Amino acid sequence: MTRPQKTKKKILPRVAMPEQPALERACNFEEVTLGYTAELARQEAMRCLQCKRPLCRDGCPVEIDIKAFIGCLQEDDLDGAHAVIRDYNSLPAVCGRVCPQESQCEGKCVLSAKGEPVAIGRLERYVADAFAARQEADDPCTALTGAPVCASDKPLRVACVGGGPAGLSCAGHLAAQGARVTVFEALHEVGGVLVYGIPGFRLPKDVVRREVEAMRGLGVVFRTNWVGGCTFELSELFDQGFDAVFIGVGAGLPRFLNVPGENLLGVFSANEYLTRVNLGRANAFPAYDTPPPPTGRVVVVGGGNVAMDAARTALRLGAEKVTILYRRTEAEMPARVEEVHHAKAEGVEIHCLCSPVSFNGDQGQHLVSVSAQLMELGEPDESGRCRPVCLEGQVTEIPADTAIIAVGTQPNPVLLRATPDLPLNRWGYIEADPETGETALPNVFAGGDIVTGAATVISAMGAGRRAAKAILERFGS
Amino acid sequence: MYKIVKKRLLIPGQTSMLQIHAPQIAAKARPGNFVMLRVHEQGERIPLTIADADPEGETITLVFLVVGKTTAHLNTLEQGDEIADVCGPLGRPTEIERKGTVVCVGGGTGVAAMHHIAKGHHRAGNRVIAIVGARSQDLLLFCDELESFCPEVRIATDDGSRGHQGFVTEVLQQLIDDGEDIAEVVAVGPVPMMRAVAGVTKPHGIKTTVSLNSIMVDGIGMCGACRCSVGGETRFACVDGPEFDGHEVDFDELWGRLGQFREQEAQSMELFHQCRCGGDQ
Ligand SMILES: Cc1cc2nc3c(=O)[nH]c(=O)nc-3n(C[C@H](O)[C@H](O)[C@H](O)COP(=O)(O)OP(=O)(O)OC[C@H]3O[C@@H](n4cnc5c(N)ncnc54)[C@H](O)[C@@H]3O)c2cc1C
Ligand SMILES: Cc1cc2nc3c(=O)[nH]c(=O)nc-3n(C[C@H](O)[C@H](O)[C@H](O)COP(=O)(O)OP(=O)(O)OC[C@H]3O[C@@H](n4cnc5c(N)ncnc54)[C@H](O)[C@@H]3O)c2cc1C
Ligand code: SF4
Ligand code: SF4
Ligand code: FES
Repeated sequence: MTRPQKTKKKILPRVAMPEQPALERACNFEEVTLGYTAELARQEAMRCLQCKRPLCRDGCPVEIDIKAFIGCLQEDDLDGAHAVIRDYNSLPAVCGRVCPQESQCEGKCVLSAKGEPVAIGRLERYVADAFAARQEADDPCTALTGAPVCASDKPLRVACVGGGPAGLSCAGHLAAQGARVTVFEALHEVGGVLVYGIPGFRLPKDVVRREVEAMRGLGVVFRTNWVGGCTFELSELFDQGFDAVFIGVGAGLPRFLNVPGENLLGVFSANEYLTRVNLGRANAFPAYDTPPPPTGRVVVVGGGNVAMDAARTALRLGAEKVTILYRRTEAEMPARVEEVHHAKAEGVEIHCLCSPVSFNGDQGQHLVSVSAQLMELGEPDESGRCRPVCLEGQVTEIPADTAIIAVGTQPNPVLLRATPDLPLNRWGYIEADPETGETALPNVFAGGDIVTGAATVISAMGAGRRAAKAILERFGS
Repeated sequence: MYKIVKKRLLIPGQTSMLQIHAPQIAAKARPGNFVMLRVHEQGERIPLTIADADPEGETITLVFLVVGKTTAHLNTLEQGDEIADVCGPLGRPTEIERKGTVVCVGGGTGVAAMHHIAKGHHRAGNRVIAIVGARSQDLLLFCDELESFCPEVRIATDDGSRGHQGFVTEVLQQLIDDGEDIAEVVAVGPVPMMRAVAGVTKPHGIKTTVSLNSIMVDGIGMCGACRCSVGGETRFACVDGPEFDGHEVDFDELWGRLGQFREQEAQSMELFHQCRCGGDQ
């Protein structure tokens, strides 16, 4: 509005993302989107207006200086672009791939009002990937921070419990400032949902590994198979000389629907389904030992990223037919828009306005069908979304061999039960200061899904970063 | 990596005992806890009960029955070899308090886990009567260890080669009929055995604790694979258990869920045998 000269310019359509063809990719676990080439990235970067008041930045939970990094790309300055991003985000290759950009940075971009927003996420991914490809393997410090400061041996010692995005981001920022950080992770691989939840066709495991290696290069110590509340107690960490503790244990306990038949054979939580494949590599069975979940006709319940990932994983494992049941309409789906498009293109069917009322089994206790109640949208609820209401008497039965439940998670109880003096809010998540992440226990900070409930990778990372800052301030560096 | 400090074949080709160097786990392990273990990079995570822990020696003891690929592979490892991942101690420990006479019933490999629980009860000052069952005499486990602290160890074998000929439940029934004042019965073993034990104690209202061995993937409450119905509610065996009130458990459901991957397991085992026969013999 303030710059009429720019609005008059014709806005070019955004540069399409190269992808594997839908039918081909539906049969493999390779990454679906192939990434911009240098030329495509430059073309897309040129679409950015370099606004005086760049709204895009307000949409990013970690406030990346988007205008500045895209500005660098317009000048062909990859290093500059990378340096800008690294100041704010320690996992850009991940966020560029999995952020719900349409409701964050890109949703706020001025161009979105007039056409398609700048593809900020794709550009961020390009910068991270292109930089990593060029980076010498023997200098991981620069890969992470742009400036090797890891020589410092400040005495500040911090323990991060949980190696998901929140813990990694906290660890990365602290280590970059010279703190000695140890990450304690319960599973045998570090990465949290990035390794056991989000499938490789959306976020290749190598991308996560690369980021973790970079942190190792900064001196971060990773201890896998260490379960907070089992292998060690929080209080013991202080006895061992840690000055501060950051808790980022996620919200991994799956919710079920509490309808009849939920424990029938063939009914899985999305977490089990995805963990078998992503962490256990069940898609490579029998070369890997974890048995893959069954396929056949698969029904997935839910409308978030988790449901999309489960549905698309089922297709890749060889399911005959995959149907998603969601109780609202596609407009209300919390999944990233891109994932919904990809799922449909690959052949996943989406039935909106219906919700399971029972899982029905045969004599052998094996699932044979799902009964679903049809719904319509009623008045908006507290969240502003329209509440689904049952259409009296309208129940359909969908034949199914496998059902996957993806209706959300709850706080993981292991650490919380072992730490009864850690105050929780009324939903059972850890009570923490929104600015600093500090809990009621002194020098114990928390962030990510264990504080907010299931949210996003970038919001978990933002929380980790804020806590890192608060810790650095407290311990004077 | 976790080093095998000692290996003992308890029943050749079938059951082995491993002592593994795992200082943190050994320091924390309590009766009733288990570990999740992955033998190697391509392996499956499987749960095994901590049969004993030695905090000074920094080791934990596992006893396992060879039933499929992972346990067969584990059984090929020797002293000095390493295991990729051992994670624990997981699960809620057994609730142990001083209460009088506790009868601990163990069947098959379950005796290993039962032995750790029995020892806990003994240390808490309870009088522990152990009932140990197996198909025949040479398949009996942990009898000597149990005898070292239990005032009474009763044995049942299917073929009568030692002790009572028949089931552990018959021995338990006899104890009850003899008027033994039992504060609690603990049963660890195959599902049918635990179900039968719960069946014997229910009419007498004797508190009965069973240890469920449902299929587990992560073992830390993130997948729901281990869910079972207890008192009509869904509980996760790995974080809410593995011990539950035997009178409330839906054993039929558990039994069914344990068989979920039988086809793939058979395929794994078949391939494993082919490789090994081709390779070594
Ligand atoms: C299938 C799936 C798809 C998703 N897709 C997207 C997406 O496209 N975009 C997006 O922005 N978000 C997505 N999300 C959400 C996002 O992944 C999470 O919000 C984010 O990972 C939260 O990060 P976190 O670090 O708080 O927790 P997590 O990622 O859950 O990490 C927690 C870590 O702590 C470990 N841990 C747990 N308990 C203990 C303990 N007691 N001791 C030690 N370690 C412990 C866990 O093993 C885990 O590694 C998705 C989630 C799922 C499940
Ligand atoms: C809490 C707990 C403690 C246990 N403690 C012991 C023990 O101390 N000693 C012992 O010998 N066994 C124990 N088990 C059983 C043991 O986990 C299984 O025998 C083992 O997983 C079999 O793996 P496999 O690959 O050799 O056999 P497979 O061929 O894969 O399976 C054989 C059978 O074992 C069961 N099983 C398979 N995979 C799993 C899994 N991931 N989790 C649980 N069960 C599975 C199934 O019933 C299956 O049909 C315990 C189980 C649980 C849940
Ligand atoms: S981190 Fe996420 S929200 Fe922020 S700019 Fe990158 S893609 Fe957008
Ligand atoms: S990305 Fe969009 S909002 Fe941000 S500076 Fe460029 S055109 Fe403006
Ligand atoms: S084994 Fe995954 S929740 Fe218990």
